[in-house]
Parts: sequence; C-alpha cells; structure tokens
Amino acid sequence: MKMSYFPGCTLKNKAKDLDEYARKSAEVLGITLEEIENWQCCGGVFTTSKDEIATKLSSVRALMDAKSKEQPLVSVCSACHNVIKQTNHAMRNDSEFADKVNRYMSENEPYNGETEVLHYLEMLRDKVGFDSLKEKVVNPLKGKKIGAYYGCLLLRPNSVMAMDDPENPTIMEELIKAIGATPVVYGMRNECCGGYVSVESPELAKKKSDAVVANAKAQGADMIITACPLCRYNLIKNGADIPVVYFTELLAQALGVKEAENE
Amino acid sequence: MQRIGVFVCWCGSNIAGTVDVKAVAEALKSEPGVVYSTDYQYMCSQAGQDLIVQAVKDNNLTGLVICSCSPRMHEATFRKTAATAGLNPYMVEIANIREQCSWVHKEMPIGTEKAIILGKAAVAKVNLNTPLTPGESPVTKRALVIGGGIAGIQTALDIADAGFPVDIVETKPTIGGKMAQLDKTFPTLDCAACILTPKMVDVAQHEKIRIFSYSEVAEVKGFVGNFDVTIKKKARFVDETKCTGCGDCVDKCPMKKNPNEFNMGMDNRPAIYIPFAQAVPKVATIDAGACTMLKKGKCGLCSKVCGAGAIDYTQKDEFISEKYGAIVVATGFNVISMDKFDEYAYNQSKDVITSLEFERLTNAAGPTAGKLLRPSDGKHPHKIVFVQCVGSRCENCAEKGKEYCSKICCMYTAKHAMLTRDKYPDTDVTVFYIDVRTPGKNFDEFYRRAVEEFGVKYVKGMVGKIVPEGEVLKVQASDLINNKQMHIDADLVVLAAAIEPDKSARPLATMLTASMDTNDFFTEAHPKLRPVESPTAGVFLSGACQGPKDIPETVSQAGAAASKVIGLLCKDKLLGNPCIAGSNELMCNGCSSCERVCPYGAITYLDKEFRMPDRTTKIRRVASVNPAVCQGCGACTVACPSGAMDLRGFANDQIMAEVDAICK
Repeated sequence: MKMSYFPGCTLKNKAKDLDEYARKSAEVLGITLEEIENWQCCGGVFTTSKDEIATKLSSVRALMDAKSKEQPLVSVCSACHNVIKQTNHAMRNDSEFADKVNRYMSENEPYNGETEVLHYLEMLRDKVGFDSLKEKVVNPLKGKKIGAYYGCLLLRPNSVMAMDDPENPTIMEELIKAIGATPVVYGMRNECCGGYVSVESPELAKKKSDAVVANAKAQGADMIITACPLCRYNLIKNGADIPVVYFTELLAQALGVKEAENE
Repeated sequence: MQRIGVFVCWCGSNIAGTVDVKAVAEALKSEPGVVYSTDYQYMCSQAGQDLIVQAVKDNNLTGLVICSCSPRMHEATFRKTAATAGLNPYMVEIANIREQCSWVHKEMPIGTEKAIILGKAAVAKVNLNTPLTPGESPVTKRALVIGGGIAGIQTALDIADAGFPVDIVETKPTIGGKMAQLDKTFPTLDCAACILTPKMVDVAQHEKIRIFSYSEVAEVKGFVGNFDVTIKKKARFVDETKCTGCGDCVDKCPMKKNPNEFNMGMDNRPAIYIPFAQAVPKVATIDAGACTMLKKGKCGLCSKVCGAGAIDYTQKDEFISEKYGAIVVATGFNVISMDKFDEYAYNQSKDVITSLEFERLTNAAGPTAGKLLRPSDGKHPHKIVFVQCVGSRCENCAEKGKEYCSKICCMYTAKHAMLTRDKYPDTDVTVFYIDVRTPGKNFDEFYRRAVEEFGVKYVKGMVGKIVPEGEVLKVQASDLINNKQMHIDADLVVLAAAIEPDKSARPLATMLTASMDTNDFFTEAHPKLRPVESPTAGVFLSGACQGPKDIPETVSQAGAAASKVIGLLCKDKLLGNPCIAGSNELMCNGCSSCERVCPYGAITYLDKEFRMPDRTTKIRRVASVNPAVCQGCGACTVACPSGAMDLRGFANDQIMAEVDAICK
C-alpha cells in the first residue's frame, strides 16, 4: 500500500529519528510512505484568524498533491498533523475559506477537503491494525513500563482531530501493548508540555513539563514516548530524568529495523 | 334553521385593546342564522354568563358563538352556561380572538378585521352543529403504581388508605429505591432508613396493597378507567410464598464475588442475595448470571440449606394480567455515568467516587460499616474535595452531561461536607461550586451552618482536572473570586454527578402514550396548574420521573398524585368525549386505511348484511369505531378515501364551512 507522506521541517533536522524509523517501520508493515515533492513548512500553528490563508496554503498544496494520487496523507509530527487536519477540516466545512483558498490557488479543479488525513498512529490502528502489527514484532519490548505522552495537539480540538477520547486516550497504550511493553496510564498524559511558552516564559514551561514527568514517574513509568518534537524538546530540556523517545523509535526496535548500536 | 347568538368578550383590555369589539358584534349580526349579537366586558364572569342565559331565553337561541379567549381556557365554562340555559353543551363554538388575534396584533384595524373573520367561521360552524351526548365508561377501582421508591410508596399508601386496592410494580428485588441507600437526609439529618423502612413495612402489611417486586410492566392497553396491564414477574428462582428471609442460603452460596448493586458495587454479594436487611419483601433472589447451578447445573447448595424448601431452579418468568382505573408513574432517577468525564479520573482512581457512593461509605450498613475509609487502601482520608455540578448545567455539551440543574446536589453536598467535619474534625473539606442553590425550607440555614459552624471551605469555581499521583489525587481548580489557579492534593474526591430519569422511563412512556421532554423526564399536563397529571388521561406522575426532586418535594407530589387518583377512582362512571369518529357504513368500502392509522386501536371491522336496490342482500366488510377507545384525534377521517369516516363535532362539512367563511 502506498501513502503520501508529509514529514515536516523538524523531522529533517532535530527529529531525524522520528522520520527515519517511521518510514522503516512502515515498510515492514507493508506501507510505503511516499514523501510529497516540494513540501513546505506547515506553519507550525493553525491560526484561528478567519481571514488568514497564507500560513495554511502549504497544507492545502500537500493535501491537493495527495488527492491527485488518490492516497491518504500521513504525517507523524503532532504539530504538522494538527495544522494539516485542521486545514483540511476548514476546506471541507468552511465554504468561505475554501472559496478564498481555491481562488488563490487557481487550479483547474477546486479542492474541498477530499483527502483522508491520517496521523501515523491512526495509520497503525486503522490501516495496519494493532493485531497484525503484533504479529510482525520480532523483538518484543518485555518488561518496559512506558508512559505514553500525548500532549495537546494530537487530540485537540476533538471535534476536528477525532482521533481518540481527548480525556482518556488509548491509541498509544494499544501500541505499547502491541510491541510487548506495559503501558502506564497517568493523568497528565494529555496535558500541555509548555509548548512555545518555553521561549517567552521558560519557568512556566518548566513547571508544566515537570508536572508531566513527575506524574508519569509516580505512576511507575520508566520511559516516556511521544509523537511531538516540541514535547520531547521541552521534557528533555527541563530535566526529565527518564528517557523521552519518539514512539517510532521503539516501534522500529520491536520490528527489528533499528540498528543495534542505537540501543 | 339555527337561531344563533353572538357574544363578544372584551376581556378587559386584553381583547378590547386591539379589537373594536362593538364593530365585531355589529358585523356578525348580519351573518346567516344570527339573531342576536352583543358585547360585554368579562363574558366568563357570573354577570356575563347570566347575560348569555337571559339572551338564550329572550331570543329562543339554539346555538352560541362566544368570541373570547382560547377554548382551552373557557370552552368548558361556556358549555356549562349553555347547559344552564337549556341548550346542548355542544351547540357552543368559541372564536379565539385573544391568543390568536388581539395578543398577536398591534393595530386595531387589523385585529378587528381578523376577529370578524374568526367570528364568521365560528358562526358558519354552529349552523351545522348538532347536539352531542357523551358516552359513559365504567371505572376499574384499582390503581397501578410503577416504581417502588419513596414516590411510589407514598402514592400507594395514600391511595390504599382511601380504600382502593393498589399494586406496586418494582424492577428491583425490593422496594425502597434510592432513599433506602441514603445515610442521612437533609436538612434535618434524620436517618433515611429510620423514616423509610417503617413506610416499607406499612406497604407490606397493608391489606389493600400488593407488591410485585422483581417485576416489570410488559404491556399497557386501554384507556382512563379501563387499563389492561400485563406485568412480567421475572423468575427469581425462589418461591416468595415459602421463603422466610432467614439468609441461610446467602451465607452458604459459594459464588460470593458479584458486585453489590445496593452498595454501588463497592463490595460483593453472593449469587443468591437479599439486597439489605430491611428489604421488602424480605425474600432471596438468585442472580441468574452468577449462579453456577443455573448456568452449569452444578452446586445446588442453597437448595440444600433452605429449610423452607423455597429454592426453585425451574422457575420461569410469569405474566400477570390485571385491570386498573389509573396508573401512576414513579420510575425515579439514576446517577449519570462518569465515563465521559475522564478529566475527573473516575475510571482511573478508586478514590474518585460519586456522591451516592459516598452515601454508602458513610452508611452504617455500607461496605465500611459507616467508617469513612478510602476505597483504594482503606485509610482514613484527611483531605476531601467535593465537586458540584458534574454533568449538570452542562451547556452545549449534551453528548457529555445534562443542560439542567439536578437540584439536589447543593444540599446533599453540604450535608456530606458537614457530616464529615462533624465526625472527623481532623479532615479538611473543600467544596467547588458554580452556584450554591438552596431554596427550600431551612435549606440555606443548613448550608450556612456547614460553612460557619463546621468550617467547610466553599470555593466558587470548577475543577478542571484530577490527576492520580501515587497515593494522592492532584486537583487543579480555579478560584473565581480570588482569580487564581488552585492546586490541592486530596485523599478523596467526591463528584456530585447529575441525575437522569431511569432508563425504563422511555419504553414505558411509549406503552402509556405519555409524553416526555428532551431529557426523558415525563411531561406534566400543565407545568403550573396540573403538575402531577400526564397529558394522557388516567396517567399520573410521582417523584423524580417528572423532574429532579428532593425527598420532601417527592413526597408532596406523591400525595398530590394519589389524591388525583382517588378523585378518579371515586367515580363510578366516566363521561367520555362525544367528539369521536363514526363511520358511514353505506359509504365505507372496508379498505382498512383507517385501522392502519388509528393510534388507539379503536377501529375494528364487521361483516354486515346490506339490502341492495334489487332486493338482494349482500354481506360487506365495514369499519366500526369503539366509542370508549376513540380519542377523537381525527387521523382516520383524513385517511378515509371514500369520506365515510367523520368526526362528530368536527365534521368534514363543518370544517369546510369554516374555511369557506374565512375565504369568503
């Protein structure tokens, strides 16, 4: 199965692991991720101002590209996925916005949100299936107690993202079980890490990050996984004393496609 | 030819303010059949009615048109007036020139024009009116009460004390309902069991009351005074007539690990059980889903130890048919599920509980014998947070909670907080609230005592998130008055979960053709003036099935519903509505269209002999309306393709005459 893939800027720099292991694991699971040509930065944040279209055009281009190939559009980074999914939702439901964008794009055929937008985790759950993923695991991560960290962008706004219950998500816990480890459920797993506040007010961001790590540890986690480069950055920078890794890294390890020296 | 009198009411300035009443009376004077026309300030007053009676006598009137308020308001009044004057009550027509005219128009010329048109339509109809006589139906002098909580118990006792037999149908193995689970009751703090259980015993011992416990209403047919009800008595695998309630079987049952519903699942009960010590009837019940004898045919211990020989593994569901004159719905409420409120971590921590669970934790007959201990580790909590309005007043979140105020939570939370501080002064208690609503006799005083005498901390603001961390619950909340975020490490969190109608209410409403609101609360016939009657005749409402209520309010409503039932059962016969359908057999072709649309099952078919013009006889299938069952909705008259079906008092030619008069 082939799917269009939007990696995003961070995955080409700081978060190369997230990208690399995502592609390798997908191959093992029978999915080829085809990187969209000439993709541009997603803009980082979905602006809520209604008359603003410039920052959303890169998402629209990626979505149109996937539409032309009749493929779903997959991304891994929480922020990219959030922007693309929200933009697609706006193209589908906000006719005024869609009209403005389509006039600007002046393509032959207008785009109205036809492309299916998937987060990599949704791809695993809905296209691959955690049961068949489990069958492909060659190196089960037995004994690892892992706390899934969702952050905020992956799940919210729930009416648009519609990925999982925003107050009690289970998708990453299911993944952890599928790769043979033990999920640790902790209350702070869907709280904000501090996000971009780390630029403006590092103390506040530290408070937020510390609360997440402390809660995960108190509930027995010895490792945290995340899908978001910014979450990982904040948790590590603010002194997390347990490993914080991308979920794709553990997935690749379990599927046997991660080099031994990285372990 | 009719001799019609027209009476135009001013209704003070209600009508006369926007309708020129004298002009209306004058204009209608020249309508066909009208021989007398006048106006008066208040036609419904005694003087106004006397005026009508006098006019009938003076002018030999045969029909009346009253131009006044809605017929819902005073049609009955003017029908009585007509009867006083010696006319058939159904020779009166009301032209509604208030609600549908003067109140909705602002300018006098428009209002007057419309009032004249409405008056003309009524005159056209009266010209075709014929005297009607209502039929009679007998009243079965027995009442059915559905639900055996405090509402049903009080209603049943009041009806039975008046001398009428009452049956209570309760789905649980015992009557008592939610009140039996409560510890203390606000605002007087008397023990719930102490005031409830004597009433339960009264019910059991009352010679006029029968209890169908562990039973459901399976089918309801018929109408006011004559309901035919089928009651499904679920198999409890214990012979009620033999069981003595000794409890030997309960002690011996090896299947002990089943969540105990009475204690909100906070401890376990055996597969054969008696819900609680004061249960009525005090009879054991086997949980078929948990019993190995019923599932696999192995065990049979309870049967061996039962001295009375009451255990019967072959028992089947039993269906009982009974006739009733009146039905009282008292199906009560339940606490909503906390599954959609994961921000409060109800499913993540045993120490986040609902208020009803807290009630069991503080009850001497509860899972901890009344000691306030945390469900997770059995330790005494030193810091308790109460969260009010969990799922109540939930605007724009119908998929999660309820838009309405659950009404009882402010008071029971104050009660819980106060009792905790009283019994365990070393415990710090904080209550988060949106508003504290305490209207009720001695209610606000009660709440203030909790704050002022018992030192309960009340914080205006809501809890945003509860995070279990190790042994504590990290509570994040906002303090709106001090405009700051609060972080509290609590040992126990109690959620005042919203209440909703019992799930059985919706299918029951369908069976009873009783209406419900969007929240599945039963609708009353009038929100102010007929609060305990359903719009469906003969169906009455008691307790929280009609809306959130506390115990004093429930008991008042239960008594009110009982008095309405007694009023009905006192009558030997009920006068029906004469405005019912009738079929012209000569025109009917027996097509069954009317039978298919009749919501009351009032239409049957007869094979009847007809003499044909050539002197032969022919048997034809024709529709026949049961006058006792027909409610006069008119659906059949619309469905009838041959125009054979007609509604008395609203006949096709009458309606067409009205339409013609309006369009003229």
